[in-house]
Amino acid sequence: MSTEADLAAPAAPEPEPPPPGDRGRGSLRRADARAGLALISPTLVIVLVMVVLPILWTVLLAFQRLRLLNLRTSGLFGNFTLNNFDNVFGSSEFWGSLGTTLAYSVLGTGAAIGLGLVAALALRAPFRGRNLVRAAMLLPYVAPIVAVTFAWKTMLNPQFGVTNYWGTRLLGWDAPIAFLSEGRPVLGIPVALLTVIAFEAWRSFPFAFLFLTARLQAVPGTLEEAARVDGATVSQRFRHVLLPQLLPTIAVLAVLRFIWTFNSFDDIYLLTGGGAGTEVISVSVFNSLTARGDIGGAAAQALVLAAILAVLVGLYLWRLAPREEQS
Amino acid sequence: MAGTGSTTSWNRDRVETGVFGVLRIVTIAGLLLITLFPFYYSVLLSLRPLDEVLQNPGALLPGDIDLGSYASVLSSAAAGGQGFLTFMTNSALVALGTVLLTLVVALPGAYAVSRLRFFGHRQISVLFLAVYLFPAILLAVPLFVFFTRIGLRGSLVGLLIVYVSQIVAVSIYMLRNYFDTVPVSLEEAAAIDGCSRLGVMWRISLPLAKPAIIANALFIFMIAWNEFLFALLFLVEDRDRWTVSLGISQLAGSIEVPDTVLMAGSVIVTLPIIVLFFASERLLTEGLTAGAEKG
Repeated sequence: MSTEADLAAPAAPEPEPPPPGDRGRGSLRRADARAGLALISPTLVIVLVMVVLPILWTVLLAFQRLRLLNLRTSGLFGNFTLNNFDNVFGSSEFWGSLGTTLAYSVLGTGAAIGLGLVAALALRAPFRGRNLVRAAMLLPYVAPIVAVTFAWKTMLNPQFGVTNYWGTRLLGWDAPIAFLSEGRPVLGIPVALLTVIAFEAWRSFPFAFLFLTARLQAVPGTLEEAARVDGATVSQRFRHVLLPQLLPTIAVLAVLRFIWTFNSFDDIYLLTGGGAGTEVISVSVFNSLTARGDIGGAAAQALVLAAILAVLVGLYLWRLAPREEQS
Repeated sequence: MAGTGSTTSWNRDRVETGVFGVLRIVTIAGLLLITLFPFYYSVLLSLRPLDEVLQNPGALLPGDIDLGSYASVLSSAAAGGQGFLTFMTNSALVALGTVLLTLVVALPGAYAVSRLRFFGHRQISVLFLAVYLFPAILLAVPLFVFFTRIGLRGSLVGLLIVYVSQIVAVSIYMLRNYFDTVPVSLEEAAAIDGCSRLGVMWRISLPLAKPAIIANALFIFMIAWNEFLFALLFLVEDRDRWTVSLGISQLAGSIEVPDTVLMAGSVIVTLPIIVLFFASERLLTEGLTAGAEKG
């Protein structure tokens, strides 16, 4: 971030004295460069071997007809074919899961940020025990995913779940609702998908809450004071003073959360297993890989997912990162 | 006209202040309810015997506290339990191993990225960012195939290497931000006193970065302890190798293992995280924001 500027600043005004120590300086720089490469190389090796190479290999796999059963007999370069992509793009399932993924990501991101904003605003003014409440708000985000999905599954269980028990008694539901296996649409979205979106909002609103709280603390108090003196009401102060201050943070959050929700596998796999209209692409990749043993098909789907994501990440780097990467 | 305008806005201000004041309290109460209730419900269920839960599913307070679920989930499979002690050992081994190995790799890396201008350091930063944002499922396919072929599937070591490769980039980002705040002048003073680059790093920068390193270690521990996808892909076939998360997810839905018993397992897997979290909340939240924001 700022280090490069700090290092560069003293170096810039210096060049007047003819360089007696220039050789020493240059060799020091070269030594630093060597040390830098040496220190970063373990990381680089592990990332290249365990991340970059496997991704390149996925590209090869996607163009081969490879199944888990004949894995041991086939070579690295089998017969290349476009079959997998034909199957992916030709199947209505894929387009269905792409739509599901998009709906899940957009609605999940929106709900998480909305809830995070509400929480950040509600906890803005100090009160006794606020720190404890703030810490409690972060629990859904840090708790193990398996534990919280299991708690939700049990809560929403139609036979002995607490939600349905009180829903049928207090809220007048006619029959218990199978929240996680009901594929019937409400407002065009399957009930199960709405449930996993609600889960996603619950799980990741703390992330938005954390960022927005930090941003709110940095808003100068004088701005709101001035607006108050000018007669702006609470909602007007939010709309015209706070919101413009928060918008850049909300934009970054929206991109990050969208990317992570778009990729997420655990939540939906653990809640529904991809049933009842909730099969997002990552779950579909997993099912192709393990249940059907279709390595080529899984690789092709994963690549398409990554390609869509690459466009999004590219957009993020291009639009939002330059300000920070300026260093 | 101006008079009425000012009175209505004065009224509106008072009304809004009142309404939002009430709304705020309701919101805080509601938020607390939705964030805490699933955790409370887990603890509640783990303390009630199954038949009682089935008879009265809506109870919100435990009747008689029954620790049978915990005994059953922890005792070994040979003794008729679920053997979660083994799972916990596995989870702890993988998580601690990941913390150690990641720090060993990431600390020098973070120092280099923060301090040393070497060839291609900017490209490396971009590469790490990409690693951080790319879908884990994309890696799942080739790693699964690769580890199946070399026969490392089912080994905790294989899983550990995968975790390190996934986390090291994030870890470097968090640590780098901290190294950036250590004044260069301190290091220069040490260098003038004859300290080598490695000596500077070891004697000056690392001790100064201790809080960040601890926060980072906790962060890595939590990621590795909570991880599910790769544990599922690599370890699922051998029950002795299961992590706690895997154990719960695999046993859920089976008829032999009651949900109350698994709920006890679920409380057990959450407890270390909550303890760590409250012990280090401030450090950790700073880490979380730093890790993502400065990406």
